[in-house]
Amino acid sequence: MTDYRMHILICGGTGCKASDSNGIKEKLNYFINEFNLEDEVQVVLTGCFGFCEKGPIVKVLPDNTFYTEVKPSDAEDIVKEHILKGRPVKRLLYKNPKNDYAVTSANNIDFYKKQIRIALRNCGFINPENIEEYIGRDGYAALGKCLTENTPEEVIKEIKDSGLRGRGGGGFPTGLKWEITRNVVNDQKYVVCNADEGDPGAFMDRSILEGDPHSVIEAMAICGYCIGADTGLVYIRAEYPLAIERLKIAIGQAEEFGLLGNDILGTGFNFKIELRYGAGAFVCGEETALIHSMEGLRGEPTVKPPFPSVSGYMGKPTNVNNVETFANIPVIINKGANWFNKIGTEKSKGTKVFALAGKINNVGLIEVPMGTTLREVIYDIGGGIKDGKEFKSVQTGGPSGGCLTKKFLDTPIDYDNLIAAGSMMGSGGMIVMDEDDCMVSIARFYLEFTLEESCGKCNPCRIGNKRLHEILCRITEGKGTIEDIDRLKVLSEVIKDTSLCGLGQSSPNPVLSTIANFEHEYLAHVNEGKCPAGQCKSLMKYEIIEDLCTGCTLCFRNCPVGAITGERRVAHFIDQSLCIKCGVCMDKCKFNAIKLN
Amino acid sequence: MPKIKLSDNTINIIKDICAEFQNKESELINVLHKTQGKLGYLPAEVQEVIARELNSSVARVYGVVTFYSFFTMIPKGEFPISICMGTACYVRGAEQVLSEFKRQLKVEVGESTSDGKFSLNCLRCVGACGLAPVVTVGEKVYGRVAPTQVKEIIAEYREMNGAESKIA
Repeated sequence: MTDYRMHILICGGTGCKASDSNGIKEKLNYFINEFNLEDEVQVVLTGCFGFCEKGPIVKVLPDNTFYTEVKPSDAEDIVKEHILKGRPVKRLLYKNPKNDYAVTSANNIDFYKKQIRIALRNCGFINPENIEEYIGRDGYAALGKCLTENTPEEVIKEIKDSGLRGRGGGGFPTGLKWEITRNVVNDQKYVVCNADEGDPGAFMDRSILEGDPHSVIEAMAICGYCIGADTGLVYIRAEYPLAIERLKIAIGQAEEFGLLGNDILGTGFNFKIELRYGAGAFVCGEETALIHSMEGLRGEPTVKPPFPSVSGYMGKPTNVNNVETFANIPVIINKGANWFNKIGTEKSKGTKVFALAGKINNVGLIEVPMGTTLREVIYDIGGGIKDGKEFKSVQTGGPSGGCLTKKFLDTPIDYDNLIAAGSMMGSGGMIVMDEDDCMVSIARFYLEFTLEESCGKCNPCRIGNKRLHEILCRITEGKGTIEDIDRLKVLSEVIKDTSLCGLGQSSPNPVLSTIANFEHEYLAHVNEGKCPAGQCKSLMKYEIIEDLCTGCTLCFRNCPVGAITGERRVAHFIDQSLCIKCGVCMDKCKFNAIKLN
Repeated sequence: MPKIKLSDNTINIIKDICAEFQNKESELINVLHKTQGKLGYLPAEVQEVIARELNSSVARVYGVVTFYSFFTMIPKGEFPISICMGTACYVRGAEQVLSEFKRQLKVEVGESTSDGKFSLNCLRCVGACGLAPVVTVGEKVYGRVAPTQVKEIIAEYREMNGAESKIA
């Protein structure tokens, strides 16, 4: 990156692309050509910057100016003012929400201050479609080091010493997994990268594959060297077309550079990588189900043992790791286990990527050291709750996890603490909820997901979750009884104890954790027929307070179903039989004349 | 469902795809991906051809097609509408957006409008949680959708002509 005087980096992640980052690139290039700057300034579409809330993001190097919510029409000003005259475009700078001051450099933004980026080290810095940029940031140095200086045993020892645990959710020690697969004797073994990110609200694996595909390829080759495999398979969701495309480009380039294929770096080591596509089944994140899916079968899990390390893809020993786990490997090799294991807590080393979403000011992708507290994540990095509302709960671990309350805000996040608190790390989805979210509805929402995704092979999961869902529906419709709450608890325990795979064993977690932490909400539904959060539609009614209604017609004009009648300057009326309870009238009313019963 | 008569051309397309994967049964999912990509959907008649070509049973092919949500046996509308029902979108009001689409289009989730113009589906997380709630129409992503915008979004496509049905 030395030839150009300046670089303009545009976020090409899915969120920003949806907000037309391609259009911004086109316009920037247009004006750069117009002013004959093409030899001085380079425009690069990178992977995700993480700060999705304020997207599309544009960053200008070397001064590290950070522009937010950029539109294609802003391109002219960026080129004319910033590139030509060296004056940052003030109106596009990020403003600190606390004091409204514009922040010029990305380093001074609260969102980034507490983050340490290991797995995301290159996301937002390099052009993911150019292998030379990856190599320029120590890319493939780790592979070279392993192949030329270390025996597989030494590399495995390094990974074991680093304390790295699987980032897909289970938290199994990665080095140990590699060692087990290495020790199985077989002429054919496989390395599998699990990129079937199915947890709704989690998009870290996708961002890594879109922003830094080579780090995963390099790590898979290292793994192949360690366990004695010559073939790697990436099992990736077909719903991730951009990640697939970038991965294909990256594999092609690595082959061209002799970093994949036969006799890599002249060491006699052969390794190739192929893609296998998922087709939308959450259960395929489970390793045995994933392997069946790769074999062209229904993605149904099987009982372990045998573990994939012994008998996996096509009956051969197979090492399955998640995308984020792989992305950590090259850094551990380059910087050493002792550098890595100083980060984090006693039993959880390194960092974890979280997809922070929901009712939070800074939605985005973050990477923090293990042991960071939820409070730091939600308030310092996440910027607190949206619209100044009250924090209620944070859901981690997706459909397998649980909801944590205020009392856990100061708990350091790591694998073991989250399990002790009744949730789990999962793949790293973190959904923040505020006072308006009904926890019974949230539990029902997750059960709906499980119902759809249960493969149907074992009874507890197929039938048990169906019953759980029915009971939850009853409660949210105001037809539940106090006995239903006990039924939920008993049934949940049975499903946990008797299901075949991780999906069923963890599916009642959202129910159990919401009952444990928010039993009063369940009780309000069944005893008083009330939804404290005002979210359960069957239990509520929007009404106009006649004395306060000025007849401004705003609600009348905004009602999507025409349920409101009334004339100007006369109190309006809501027809309950037409009302879909969307709440638009209440949001729009300037006189607080609409109440919720 | 009425029987569809596949044209020779369509049958040849399927045969070519199977041959591309050496007619291996273990490549079934890849074959299905490619076939759906070409034909738009996978009706029973198409599955029969695939089973024959891969030397597999129709039951096995059907089992796989119905297992994975990505595969569909009903043709999608010219403009497939998908509402993201990931958790982030859900807590930001995706349910209200979905019920408004159902009301406007008069269809349930998984159905198409009678003129074949729109089909309505839910999907899990497109990874644009910063824009929640998210709706996609074909490839286009709409962010921060409010129930009041639903009408406009539909109107945008009402007069347009999409791709013709690909199965002859």
